Amino acid sequence: MTEIETQKTIGTSVPESRTDDERPLLEIKDLKVGFKTQTGMVTAVDGVNLTLYRGQSLAIVGESGSGKSTTAHAIINLLPGSGEITGGQILLDGQDLTKATKHEMESIRGRKVGFVPQDPMSNLNPVWSIGFQVEEAIRANGIASERKAVKARAIEVLKEAGLQDADRRLKQFPHQFSGGMRQRVLIGMGLAANPQLLIADEPTSALDVTVQRVILDHLESLTRELGTTLLFITHDLGLAAERAEQLVVMYKGRVVESGPSLQILQNPQHPYTQRLVAAAPSLASRRIQATGSIKAAEDSMGEDAASAAGEAIDLIATAEARAEALEAAAAQPPAIVVEDLTKVYKIRGTGDFTAVDSVSFQIAKGTTTALVGESGSGKSTVAKMLLKLEDSTSGRILVGGADLANVRGQELFALRSRMQPVFQDPYGSLNPLRNIGNTIGEPLMTHKVGTKASRRERVFELLDQVSLPRTLVGRYPNELSGGQRQRIAIARALALKPEIVVLDEAVSALDVLVQAQILRLLADLQAELGLTYLFITHDLAVVRVIADNVCVMQKGRIVEAATTDEVFENPQQQYTKDLLAAIPGANIPLGV
Amino acid sequence: MSSNTRSTQQHYVAPVEETPLVAIDAVKAEGKPSNLWRDAWADVRRRPMFWISAAIILLVVVVALFPGLFTQVPPNNDCQLSNSNAGPAPGHPLGFTKQGCDIYSRIIHGTSTSLSVGLIVTVLVAVLGILFGAFAGFYGGWVDSVLSRLGDIFFSIPYILAAVVVMSVLSKYASIWTIALAIGIFAWPATARVLRAEILRVKNSDFVMAATALGVSRFRILLRHVLPNSIAPVIVITTISLASAIVAEATLSFLGVGLPSSIMSWGNDISQAQRDLRTAPQTLILPSIALSVTVLSFIMLGEVVRDALDPKARARR
Repeated sequence: MTEIETQKTIGTSVPESRTDDERPLLEIKDLKVGFKTQTGMVTAVDGVNLTLYRGQSLAIVGESGSGKSTTAHAIINLLPGSGEITGGQILLDGQDLTKATKHEMESIRGRKVGFVPQDPMSNLNPVWSIGFQVEEAIRANGIASERKAVKARAIEVLKEAGLQDADRRLKQFPHQFSGGMRQRVLIGMGLAANPQLLIADEPTSALDVTVQRVILDHLESLTRELGTTLLFITHDLGLAAERAEQLVVMYKGRVVESGPSLQILQNPQHPYTQRLVAAAPSLASRRIQATGSIKAAEDSMGEDAASAAGEAIDLIATAEARAEALEAAAAQPPAIVVEDLTKVYKIRGTGDFTAVDSVSFQIAKGTTTALVGESGSGKSTVAKMLLKLEDSTSGRILVGGADLANVRGQELFALRSRMQPVFQDPYGSLNPLRNIGNTIGEPLMTHKVGTKASRRERVFELLDQVSLPRTLVGRYPNELSGGQRQRIAIARALALKPEIVVLDEAVSALDVLVQAQILRLLADLQAELGLTYLFITHDLAVVRVIADNVCVMQKGRIVEAATTDEVFENPQQQYTKDLLAAIPGANIPLGV
Repeated sequence: MSSNTRSTQQHYVAPVEETPLVAIDAVKAEGKPSNLWRDAWADVRRRPMFWISAAIILLVVVVALFPGLFTQVPPNNDCQLSNSNAGPAPGHPLGFTKQGCDIYSRIIHGTSTSLSVGLIVTVLVAVLGILFGAFAGFYGGWVDSVLSRLGDIFFSIPYILAAVVVMSVLSKYASIWTIALAIGIFAWPATARVLRAEILRVKNSDFVMAATALGVSRFRILLRHVLPNSIAPVIVITTISLASAIVAEATLSFLGVGLPSSIMSWGNDISQAQRDLRTAPQTLILPSIALSVTVLSFIMLGEVVRDALDPKARARR
């Protein structure tokens, strides 16, 4: 009958009790998690210690494969089939969760520990209404059992999660919700039983930056109101430091540094943390911002951090290298001119959809223009039309003076060699059945460049340019990491010595350190080969580092276009201001 | 900040010796370069299922090619009605059929018929299925409409039923070729559909877009990038279609519209044995076992090959 007792406290915000302050709510001691594979046990988490006090918030930061999600999943025993806890303790309010039975665990999940999953798109069942799923969660957590009470609580949950007209929304299905709204529903479900601890696993990584900010603000105020302790997992150091009081940095299954966020950020001690701080675009962009110039930002990095980062890439140095290259490349004729470009898709039933609406911009030779916007802003459609992978509805695109609309057949074939793309998904952009040599050599084969021997030589040269060993020639993409595949994609794009490279979210799917490496590579290649980049991204922080000019797109239109410095220092449009404010780390004094 | 009043946590730094840094994104390609076929072979080699099914298939093929190696008894000439439905006798390990023919010898000599029908149908289904499926899926638009509707027409007729009709019309010309043709003509749409769906998925990959941006011609993209990445399910479905073609031939012969009784086949034997199911079940069961074992090994082989060739399964390993 304890359910009924808990039910009474629901809805009224719990006053912050500090009586239990001495004992941490969650204490992880020397946790070890392994995964069974064909070759034996592989350790994913290797002796992690973590302490989280009531009402505090803690973020675990790390790259993919660092064990951060595994740690979080181990707490509520949501490890995938082959994973198991091989040692250590997880104490929740004194109870060791590693020894909890299946039944005990079920009553802990939801009621004591809420969970917000990463991908709002796949974590709601598309065939059931939102109401059904929220009510299911409420019933499973034993908050209410009577029909009316369940429904009333469901409406309350959605209202708390910040959804207007919640009673109408209950009947709707997930596909009628945007990503942000779905994540609100999931957060509501995670908090439905008013758990003491909420685990949020990359809760906003799949969302647009402006939505991310609103959702996180909401999550923060909601957990503060309810007195919920928050554990969240993220790959973004800036975000973690901004949203959590405590930080745990994980690397290869181990904690390398932990403590108060600000201290770690301002004074990172472990070389890995130093690497992360140097490579995080959000922090780099803030730092450049704070000092007003890239050079000053570099100086402010602090001697020890910069030197200890060692072979790691400092993004600010990248930005500086690019700025220097730009000075040399000044006053060049435009490589690309886009005038009044419009793309209208005819959609059956609902009429026309204007994806790109009279967009105009120019890109000078040897410079980088970033096209920034959120999903659905039309930025990728512009890229496809520029690459002539799609036809425009109206408007003109001039590449080196030639109008794309009139280019056909042999001319188009020749033009393609001067303009090459690199796409977002490193796993989708290489044919898994062709080896690296064939993949990089394909442009040369297609355009019948040189002899067999000279083509082979060129493939080696390209591998050198993207800093990959020549021995990769006979290998297949499945042996490479995401960052390495992206290098191969860049090498393929460069094979024909193009003047223009279109980078469509080319670094968005990579871990920060790898991302920083690739950004550095791109900057170096630009300086060396005089490339013109059209850099398409949703991440303004990266833009600060790589781009000379920025066009901000919203709903198919360019709402603001200027040099990067101007856009960052003096944004004219509210939308641009929102985007800038959404870069994580805005409120962190970096001690510059 | 409320945290100031709480138990504050210490700034902890792990000793660097215990948590050494590794080069960022180092290339870890050691050993022999892995190649799709080498990988597939290495994978297949470890599975007992592969060896079992391959051994059976090999045996079946040898039997089909050289029946004389396995039995000295001529399959037809030795029939004596006095032996009707008799049990095993010296030199006749499996006994006799109703007509007094040696069952073992008939199974051995019927193998080549069943296998030939299976192979011819499979080739036909693969060729038609790949042609229709690949063009429909890759080119889309009106090409897709025409080819897919055509496939739907054939698909809407159960191929056994269609083959029954065709074979009763062509009963005069009944032979291995006509029966294979009758089955094959109506069996390809399933393959075409599977391939079309797979091609629709693969053709939206970034690597296809990258190839288009390189100026690679459409047909070449289909051949070099799209088809090889879509073919794995076709390989599975064709091995299964080989099995079901053997079954279909048996079914047609069983129904009396298949091969003339002068041509020995498992289907014919099963058909003729049906009337004596109660009195002499072995005359029906023995050729059925030969049929099932053969069909099963092809299906098993198909599964193993699919697992080995599937790039998604490969990535997970």
